[in-house]
Amino acid sequence: MGNLFKIALRNLSRYKRRSALTISLIAFGVLFVLVFVAVTASIKDFMIAQITKSYLGDLEIHRGGYVASIESLPLNLNLAPAAVARIENTLEGIKDVQAYSERIKFGALFSNFKETTNIRINGVYPEREFATCPQMLSRISEGEKSVRALEKGKILVPRLLAQGFGAKVGDTVVVVATNRDGSVNGKTFLVSGILESATGPGGRDGYINFEDAREILRIPGKEVSEIAVSVRSLGRVEEVAQSIRGGLGLGEKKQKGGSIEVHTWSQLSPFANIANMIDLMTFFIKLMLIAIVLISILNVMIMAVYERVREIGTIAAIGTLPSKILSLFLVEGFCLGVTGAVVGVFFGLGVIFVLNLSKISFNFGQATGLILAPTIAPIEVATASLMVIIVSVLASLQPAYKASRMEPIEALRHI
Amino acid sequence: MNLITAKDLSKTYATDSVQVKAVQSVSFEIKAGSFLCFVGPSGSGKTTLLNLIGCLDKPSSGSLEVAGVDVISLDRRAAAAFRGENIGFVFQSFNLMPVLTSFENIEYPLVMVQNKPQGERRTRVLELLEAVGMSDQKNKFPEQLSGGQKQRIAIARALVTQPKLVLADEPTANLDHETAYTIIRLMKKMRDDLNTTFIFSTHDTRIIGEAEIICTLEDGKLLHCEAGHG
Repeated sequence: MGNLFKIALRNLSRYKRRSALTISLIAFGVLFVLVFVAVTASIKDFMIAQITKSYLGDLEIHRGGYVASIESLPLNLNLAPAAVARIENTLEGIKDVQAYSERIKFGALFSNFKETTNIRINGVYPEREFATCPQMLSRISEGEKSVRALEKGKILVPRLLAQGFGAKVGDTVVVVATNRDGSVNGKTFLVSGILESATGPGGRDGYINFEDAREILRIPGKEVSEIAVSVRSLGRVEEVAQSIRGGLGLGEKKQKGGSIEVHTWSQLSPFANIANMIDLMTFFIKLMLIAIVLISILNVMIMAVYERVREIGTIAAIGTLPSKILSLFLVEGFCLGVTGAVVGVFFGLGVIFVLNLSKISFNFGQATGLILAPTIAPIEVATASLMVIIVSVLASLQPAYKASRMEPIEALRHI
Repeated sequence: MNLITAKDLSKTYATDSVQVKAVQSVSFEIKAGSFLCFVGPSGSGKTTLLNLIGCLDKPSSGSLEVAGVDVISLDRRAAAAFRGENIGFVFQSFNLMPVLTSFENIEYPLVMVQNKPQGERRTRVLELLEAVGMSDQKNKFPEQLSGGQKQRIAIARALVTQPKLVLADEPTANLDHETAYTIIRLMKKMRDDLNTTFIFSTHDTRIIGEAEIICTLEDGKLLHCEAGHG
């Protein structure tokens, strides 16, 4: 086998420019794919983190049917205290769960005693909420950037409302809501901070303490609208969701319209579609790489066979078996692919390293000055390399087969 | 003992509208260890006959046995394996691999055809380099060698697998007279040393005399075989 490689490499070295050009093309393709994957993965991770770590959580647990009518924030579809206890018990037993936060969500009227408008209120336990969505603290643009911002009697007002109402930190406002029984209740709050929207202009979500929410809605027990969960690794969200479903005894049938529903962030946020589009773009970029490799190798191998017809005739005449001739050309294609992949990976990782050193900044939503930190998983590098090598061998197959099928007598006559 | 037995061997090439009878009902027997030459003008059927004997082509009719094997019945793969074990080839244009050194060119059939271990390969190649007087050129590439030197390497390559038979089609056609003479003498010496049967073709009357048996072909027919001066 070693001799086969030696001969293949010698054959490739006889057309140095052509081989170098082919290797460069493949290497450039690999480099481009690796850099593209690294950069888009970085942006995607930022984007997802901005959503999940700012307000959504990595996954959420609701009572069956709640998500379907989430726009009306139905109080009658809150999780009952017993269910909450069962869910909390389950979450405590899953080691990949980093934190979780119970929320009461309801629609209310927001007034500064001069004007009134509607608002979506989230009643949360501040420690738990900030542990589940740690980037929420960075969204507080004015006021207290700590758990103290959501002490009892305090409210975080969304930027949109604050601007419209001229509300400032330290102002007193009132929140009025209708509880499940239809009675109306209100409570005054001190504006503790202004909350920027996570994803850009818009957003009418205000935050108050969980106990204040219970008080306004006159909820006697620990009823919650949802439980947001943060997992240790975003890549394990689906597994954690399955573990929760398993722990709660939810089968596939129960999951849809059952008593409790577990949804991952991608099922809840429209930004999942953007993430999917990025994945789709990556897929097409990889397809382009395959096309580059296929055309390059096919071209160079067809030329190699055409130019070496007499040589093929000679080696066939002296008794080289067709399978050996086939192997010889496949090994040449393999060597081109491997060299291209190695060079591409080397320079690709180099470019990624330089991009990290350059600290290129970008904005997403209200988050500005995010530093691009492209990273690439070893599996992505291995996949791109393996793909190139496999395609190289496949592209060599036709010319190699043609060479192996040549009749020595005809090949020897070739001028 | 006969190494080759041919009976009523014919080969007809059919083109679009014409049928060319390259070899017509040729019968002969060649003993092992012979040093035989097919002579005749261009188009007389020398190359076709060598191709048939070398299992590179199949006759249209007749029978042919080489080393006791009915070579006509061999399929493509079996024919390749048979050639690899029993037949060495020397070509008019040398047909050395340009990317391999002299040593590696001779070694090539042992690697690609016979899968011999490295130690054995090295011993055999060095012996043959010595035998053809090319030991000092073993690391040179074909482009660095003269025509005569290339043909010496080609002869060594043909012999390295220890074949029963070496076929050489016009081995001296691209060489000057003196070199051609040297090459034929070298082939004969190798026959003497290794007892390998050599069959070559030529239309160069100046070297024909070196053959021990001269078979004359004309228009695809074997006119006669006679003893040479060699």
